[in-house]
Amino acid sequence: MDVLRRRKTISLILKLTVWFCGILTVGILIYILLFILLRGVPKINMEFLFGEYNSDTLSAFSSVVTTIEMVIISLFISVPIGVFCAIYLTEYAKRGNKTVKVIRLAVDTLAGIPSIVFGLFGMILFVKLLGFRASVLSGICTLSIMILPLIISSSEEAIKSVPDMYREGSLGLGAGRLRTVFRIVLPTAMPGILSGIILAIGRIVGETAALIFTSGTNVLKNPTLDLMASQRTLAIHMYMLASEGLPHSKEMAFATGSILIIIVFLVNYTTTKLAGRIGRLSDE
Amino acid sequence: MSKIKIEDVNLYYGEFQALKNINMNIKENEITAFIGPSGCGKSTLLKSLNRMNDLIEGVKINGRMLLDDVDIYKDIDASVLRKRVGMVFQKPNPFPMSIYENVAYGPKTHGIKQRSKLDDIVEQSLRAAAMWDEVKDRLKKSALGLSGGQQQRLCIARAFSVNPEVILLDEPTSALDPISTMKIEDLLVDIKKNYTIVIVTHNMQQATRISDKTGFFLHGEVVEFDDTEKLFSMPENKKTEDYITGRFG
Repeated sequence: MDVLRRRKTISLILKLTVWFCGILTVGILIYILLFILLRGVPKINMEFLFGEYNSDTLSAFSSVVTTIEMVIISLFISVPIGVFCAIYLTEYAKRGNKTVKVIRLAVDTLAGIPSIVFGLFGMILFVKLLGFRASVLSGICTLSIMILPLIISSSEEAIKSVPDMYREGSLGLGAGRLRTVFRIVLPTAMPGILSGIILAIGRIVGETAALIFTSGTNVLKNPTLDLMASQRTLAIHMYMLASEGLPHSKEMAFATGSILIIIVFLVNYTTTKLAGRIGRLSDE
Repeated sequence: MSKIKIEDVNLYYGEFQALKNINMNIKENEITAFIGPSGCGKSTLLKSLNRMNDLIEGVKINGRMLLDDVDIYKDIDASVLRKRVGMVFQKPNPFPMSIYENVAYGPKTHGIKQRSKLDDIVEQSLRAAAMWDEVKDRLKKSALGLSGGQQQRLCIARAFSVNPEVILLDEPTSALDPISTMKIEDLLVDIKKNYTIVIVTHNMQQATRISDKTGFFLHGEVVEFDDTEKLFSMPENKKTEDYITGRFG
């Protein structure tokens, strides 16, 4: 009787703890979102969204365009390299291979390096040595290197989690390694790879330290796709506004933050939808 | 006629010798069963017949294995060999795709692209595996939604799809319920007129029910290989008798 009552008490305490933690997490998230959106959204107007930048509008238009440009081109560079690297590590490299150990060590180390170090590296290599100057291109190159470890390790995990019996089934039908990888392994691993890509997008969108030294904090009046221009992203725009002394710049920093949140939400939403679609395609 | 000849085969996993001096002739249009306790080498021998052992690091084989008198380790490309010698695994392993795509994967691999041809192959293979009527209305549905027994028959259909001559089955019913097991056994007996079938099984009743020849394996050696009826009624070797009467294993 006594034991039963004690068990009941313990399970009640555990239940309450779990609920408390859950509510706390969701609560903090909602608090942050509301804090930024409530202060930021009312300040968003057409001038701010699509107007020309000046000290009056503090328009985010050119920063939005650059942010999207950087996300797309960086992913375009590092996703193929990262995924192929992961394929090599999991499917082709022999176990205990020295090269693999070195690559893994490098990937893990790179993943743990603070982004400001990437920024300094990018400044020395791309800005100075290769002569890209402070430009969107330098920023993209730096970001690509920065997200590479993330893409590699998440793709590697995703590919590793594909059961060996699928590979055996494919090889047993006379399919080669390459076909097995592209037709069976990669489609099955796609949701995992996509979640790595989502994380990478998050890092790019939120990155400031690595970009201040490479693409610069400059802001252009009108959006440009010119890779050699020096132009800030949204996160840097927000950082600069928050530290600038203009009377309304703090408010506009929140407005920028709101746009940032909305963009990240849209990207995640479409990527998840896309993952579902791909999952269903391979189902068909 | 002997479809497969195994001559003086020794197989090593690194230092460990898994198969010792195996000699065996496997006949066309018969079901040959391999029985024996776990770790006796029966699955290893089965897998080496379509070179699935190639995938494991540190495997060394000497001796000869001949398919229609051609050495499968020297004179046939592994991909061609695996097309001619199909395999069904212990756990049903349909790909995470539709039923149709599962069966069409093999022929597509070997260069068939024409939709009508693929449709034909899918229907024939599923009919041959006696499951066309069950799935014809849901070919586009995921294969993972099928029951375990259906999944295994789908894997058999998938093996048929590349038109093999030999089908290897590695304990194909060990994960299935009795009714699914019976369906697969009936199926195997039914199709042996067109194929050469080699099956590894833990279930001695299964071997007696369906096989024509049985090989008893122990510690990497073939202790006895004979007509199933004879091996189970009048085994020549004491160890075989001990095993089939349940005294060990």
